[in-house]
Amino acid sequence: MDSSEEKQNRSLAELVAVVEALIFVSDEPLTTKLLAEILDEDKESIEAAVEELGDEYKNRESGLQLREIAGGWQISTRTEFHEDVRKFLKTRPSAKLSLASLETLAVIAYKQPVTVPEILEIRGVQSASAIKTLLEKRLIVTRGHKETVGRPMQYGTSKEFLIQFGLKDLSELPSIEDFEDLAS
Amino acid sequence: MEKQQEHFSFDFFTGTPQIVAESADELKIKLGEFAGPLDLLLYLIKQEQANIFDIPIAKITDEYLRYIRLMKTLDISVAADFLVMAATLIEIKSKMLLPREPSEAEDEEIDDPRKELIDRLLEYEKYKSAAQMLYERTTIEQATFARGQIESDENNAEINATMFDLLTVFQKIVTRHKDEVQMEIHREEISLADMIKTLKKRLFDQIELSVLEFFEEMQSKRELVTAFVAVLEITRTESVKLIQSKTFGDIILKKI
Repeated sequence: MDSSEEKQNRSLAELVAVVEALIFVSDEPLTTKLLAEILDEDKESIEAAVEELGDEYKNRESGLQLREIAGGWQISTRTEFHEDVRKFLKTRPSAKLSLASLETLAVIAYKQPVTVPEILEIRGVQSASAIKTLLEKRLIVTRGHKETVGRPMQYGTSKEFLIQFGLKDLSELPSIEDFEDLAS
Repeated sequence: MEKQQEHFSFDFFTGTPQIVAESADELKIKLGEFAGPLDLLLYLIKQEQANIFDIPIAKITDEYLRYIRLMKTLDISVAADFLVMAATLIEIKSKMLLPREPSEAEDEEIDDPRKELIDRLLEYEKYKSAAQMLYERTTIEQATFARGQIESDENNAEINATMFDLLTVFQKIVTRHKDEVQMEIHREEISLADMIKTLKKRLFDQIELSVLEFFEEMQSKRELVTAFVAVLEITRTESVKLIQSKTFGDIILKKI
């Protein structure tokens, strides 16, 4: 297949511009696939445009950055400016998760789908309230039941988890083995 | 008996950090920082500057028990999990004290009673570090902002429904049917779990679902209540939106 056969006749510059416009208005990270569909372009052209857009922001030291989050593209402010942005928006940092919740979340993120007894085995404590908190914050979702005695509920992380932790997808999490005895 | 002093401290070695509290409340806060017995154990092992692969079980068990006793003295409720670990430590300690069979001691690999605990600690330590990594990520993420919502058909014409609106719809149906004679033949009462399952499937298939229609399908008051709870549950645990176009109108359950 001739990959230079574009369905539309946009130049790279034009494509970069329209991709930028769409990512800007989207309130969710926008996938390459969806961009290709909407713009009637092929995937490769979109990817080239996105890369070019990201470079442009970097090269001119923009206040914005282009990132891949939860499998899609997102424009957001650079972290350097968080103080001024916060002042403007008049927001405070939202309440951080407790250590227990973070540990529970870490276990779920790395071992999903995982049951409550399995979480207990690793953490050594009951995690019921942590799980409740994580469900309320939509960071985890139920993922059916494990087909063993008692058919316990299984949990996994959600798309919201990827967004809130700035992850492209689960593979972006460092390998759990990397955490082996850091404090030796 | 000597009166309990208010100044408590653990000092294992000179030069290592101590837990010092001026009052019971302050100690309560410091104790609360441990995420569980494994966390506490790791702390004690590090305090002792002990080798995790060769834990001085007797000493660590004693420190652990001292800690638990201190919590009880201060009337801090000790979670059951901490007590289970205490029992485990005591068991390991006593196993270590038993004299070994002469034949075993020679060349065969002896089952170290500490092995399982060590494995658990190492495994836990990984997730504790992973949790720290996640914490650091949120710190970064909280410093970056994406654009807020832009007015569009999606979020303008429709007003997001609240729980009260949902309750109103529910009430409407109950009132509408209260005068009806209950059917003689009931179908088997459906459980909440099955109701949720059914609702989920319908929602995934149809994307949008009229709450009014869904409630109308219920054949008894009990089923209606179950359906209502199912809708609440789905709203809580799944990525769905409740939309109401007209005040007091129908509510649409929409998968997002």
